[in-house]
Amino acid sequence: MYSSVCTGALKGISAYLVQTEVDVAPGLPGLEMVGYLAGEVKEARERVRVALKNAGISLPPMKITVNLSPADVRKGGTGFDLPMAVGIVAALGKIPGEDLRDTLFIGELGLDGQVRRVKGILPIVQEASRQGIRRCVLPAGNAMEGAVVQDIEVIGVSSLEQLLVWIRVGEAEKKRMIKPTKVSQQQLLSLSQEHAQEDFGDIVGQEMVKRAAAVAAAGFHNMLIIGPPGTGKTMVGKRIPGILPPMTWKESLEVSNIYSVQGLLDASKALVTNRPFMQPHHTISAQALAGGGNIPKPGVISLAHKGILFLDEFPEFPRPILDILRQPLEEKRVVIARTYGSYQYPADFMLVAAMNPCPCGYFPDSNKCNCSEADVRRYLGHISGPVLDRIDICVEAQRVDIHNFGTGEKGMTSEDMAGLVSVARKMQEQRFVDTGYRFNSEIRSGDIRKYCSLGQAEERMLEQAMERQCTSVRTYHRTLRTARTVADLEGCKKIGKAHIAEALCYRTADEKYWKGKG
Amino acid sequence: MYAYFLDTVLGIGSKTALRLLKEFGTPENIYHMSAEEAKRFLGEKKAENFWEHRRHWDVPGSLERLKEQKINFIWYEDGAYPQRLRNIPDPPFALYVKGRLPEDNRKSVAVVGARKCSVYGQHVARELGKGLAAAGIQVVSGMAIGIDSISQQEALIRGGDTYAVLGCGVDICYPASHRDLYGRICSQGGVLSTYPPGTQPKSELFPPRNRIISGLADVVVVVEAKEKSGTLITVDMALEQGKEIYCVPGRITDRLSDGCNKLIAQGAGVMLSVSDLVEKIMEQGAYDSRITEEAYQGNETGHEGFSRREKLLYQLLDYDPVSAQQLHLQMLAGGEKLELQELLEVLWELILKGKADTIGGWYVKK
Repeated sequence: MYSSVCTGALKGISAYLVQTEVDVAPGLPGLEMVGYLAGEVKEARERVRVALKNAGISLPPMKITVNLSPADVRKGGTGFDLPMAVGIVAALGKIPGEDLRDTLFIGELGLDGQVRRVKGILPIVQEASRQGIRRCVLPAGNAMEGAVVQDIEVIGVSSLEQLLVWIRVGEAEKKRMIKPTKVSQQQLLSLSQEHAQEDFGDIVGQEMVKRAAAVAAAGFHNMLIIGPPGTGKTMVGKRIPGILPPMTWKESLEVSNIYSVQGLLDASKALVTNRPFMQPHHTISAQALAGGGNIPKPGVISLAHKGILFLDEFPEFPRPILDILRQPLEEKRVVIARTYGSYQYPADFMLVAAMNPCPCGYFPDSNKCNCSEADVRRYLGHISGPVLDRIDICVEAQRVDIHNFGTGEKGMTSEDMAGLVSVARKMQEQRFVDTGYRFNSEIRSGDIRKYCSLGQAEERMLEQAMERQCTSVRTYHRTLRTARTVADLEGCKKIGKAHIAEALCYRTADEKYWKGKG
Repeated sequence: MYAYFLDTVLGIGSKTALRLLKEFGTPENIYHMSAEEAKRFLGEKKAENFWEHRRHWDVPGSLERLKEQKINFIWYEDGAYPQRLRNIPDPPFALYVKGRLPEDNRKSVAVVGARKCSVYGQHVARELGKGLAAAGIQVVSGMAIGIDSISQQEALIRGGDTYAVLGCGVDICYPASHRDLYGRICSQGGVLSTYPPGTQPKSELFPPRNRIISGLADVVVVVEAKEKSGTLITVDMALEQGKEIYCVPGRITDRLSDGCNKLIAQGAGVMLSVSDLVEKIMEQGAYDSRITEEAYQGNETGHEGFSRREKLLYQLLDYDPVSAQQLHLQMLAGGEKLELQELLEVLWELILKGKADTIGGWYVKK
């Protein structure tokens, strides 16, 4: 007898539906699986056989054939266990197969028949909903995650035995037996507010850097902090997510998709509601950063989507690794090519980098720094011009005077800064209605004049400043973009001299360290 | 042209070459000396080098190549050989020159100092280059990063002539980042070396060239030097050669001034100002002190057109870099109420007026 059960699989962070076809026929006894399967899918044979036995169903001595269609796409993951088991039971005629037509099954089986969590539930359920599937049967551990998709019924099951009983009973009884899982958008989003954030008020005496962080967060500008050890560079980096506006539902869903594929979603939270903050160590491999593997998985830069990618000790990263960032910084996504097709992962992150000015950390304080000119140059040389070009804001953190510590003055707190940022974000929203832009940092050079027009005095000031340093057109544009954001922070429609002065301050540091590169 | 041959023999330095010269009279005679003589005067190993070199050396062709590269070869007995070098112990046998040599009858000053120098050091080096050039004094230095190149650069800008003594062949620009400066010195002064063209820079070649720097100068000025530094090698050489030493004093908290301050303690001259130095160097009446006075004082005046805040801020600036935030605190402490952002605007007004400069997040007066 033949049966067909619907399930889903991942390709990158998008999903497609898979039909699990099972046929039971007389012949040499055995369980045969086809459909271009990866190792872990082939192993499902043993898991399913034993799980079925422990659920009280022993396989008859017949030829059982399982096909996962479309059969020409490589399939990985362990989510096929459950649909296979259900398909086999249906093909044996022990449950009514036609009732399963608009239901999607997914889950990994333990030998005792337990249904276990799998990766990538969120994109698969979204795809199922798009394709008109009415109901999804998921592992109980993934039920919350699936329930994020609102217009589909989600049933979380914990064991195969339970599921087989559930399938046999009538609709009314079904509802009573396993309550469909439901979560509300408001409830999920409010989770983010509960989470206590570290506060910018903890950082004493770095007002300039804090101000720069607010500007960067407001315009989604990439930022580089240079300073000697112990000046709070890392503290600043870690606090930036706290001043970014809360994620919208759409953003949250996008980010959660990526986390779902990686199996990183919290079973109780179901959705990523806080801005991601990724801080990879500098020994990270290219694959881990950009994504990779035989079947490419998203990398750290994708996990930082809509959030912060914080690279501490920036020049300690090998140069090839840093150069990987060039495409994602420009295109906000990363494309990983394989012979059988290319995978695309979103990577719209804000880069925050921190570094010492030289290997020992004290340059240019000649009393303390012992590094030679060549050492410093080699150290700074790890950061290539093209990467530097994509960093709009570059500030130096100064050593903090012990005296300032005592005063107890907190300076700007995260709340103040978040307030500034939200003002600037509103200004940008209004400005960029129907343009495809979202942030000042995205303004292409062709449109700079349109959005960042200057008065005569301001124009002259900027020109003078540029002549002083004989900088390139590119830096000119970078400065203008930053000046636009600075003006937005104060709610000004027009860019004033003070705004330009501040923007100029945000690029003097890279000019000092990488003369003529930016 | 036989002198060029002699200078390029491996293992024969200036001392040996000059000894041979005394013995044989002319380089040509040396070239033609017999095997026994070579062995007697040079020893086994060096004599072998000598013959080996003689076998491969194309005498007229090699000189032709020098000419193509526009390199002048000047040896000990040439009339153009600097008189100053004849007077030092251990004079170089020959010099390779791109451009000119310092003139004997004009004063020359060697400006030396740390590669890694402070803003203060940079400022003094600039003022020195400016002042010396204005007084028509030749500036001799090593074209190294830091004090050397800054003073030379400034001298060139003021139309002065400056001479760089390299620790490699004159056809090699070291450090490579000074290509522009190298080109300008070649045309407006001269680049010279005791090493044959093609010699790559090596650390052991640099100390010997320091004696040429001090040897070519009447006075050596040390701008900034740590307690242990290559600059002090130059000073030792200069003392050996009987040159006058002037040091730029520095703060006692500044490690970069340790070398200078120590020299002063040991009896070196103190450079009080550029004009003071120039006056001491020039014979009386030969020099109008107003020239450098103007150049040096130029920045202290000319506050016209400053707004009140600009004036206040300018007073807070120093050659020691301060951050915008420190300036802000100081302004607040001084009773001036302004936001950090406003301060930045005033600061940039000053920078654009050429009265201040920025080094990353740090600001200095200019």
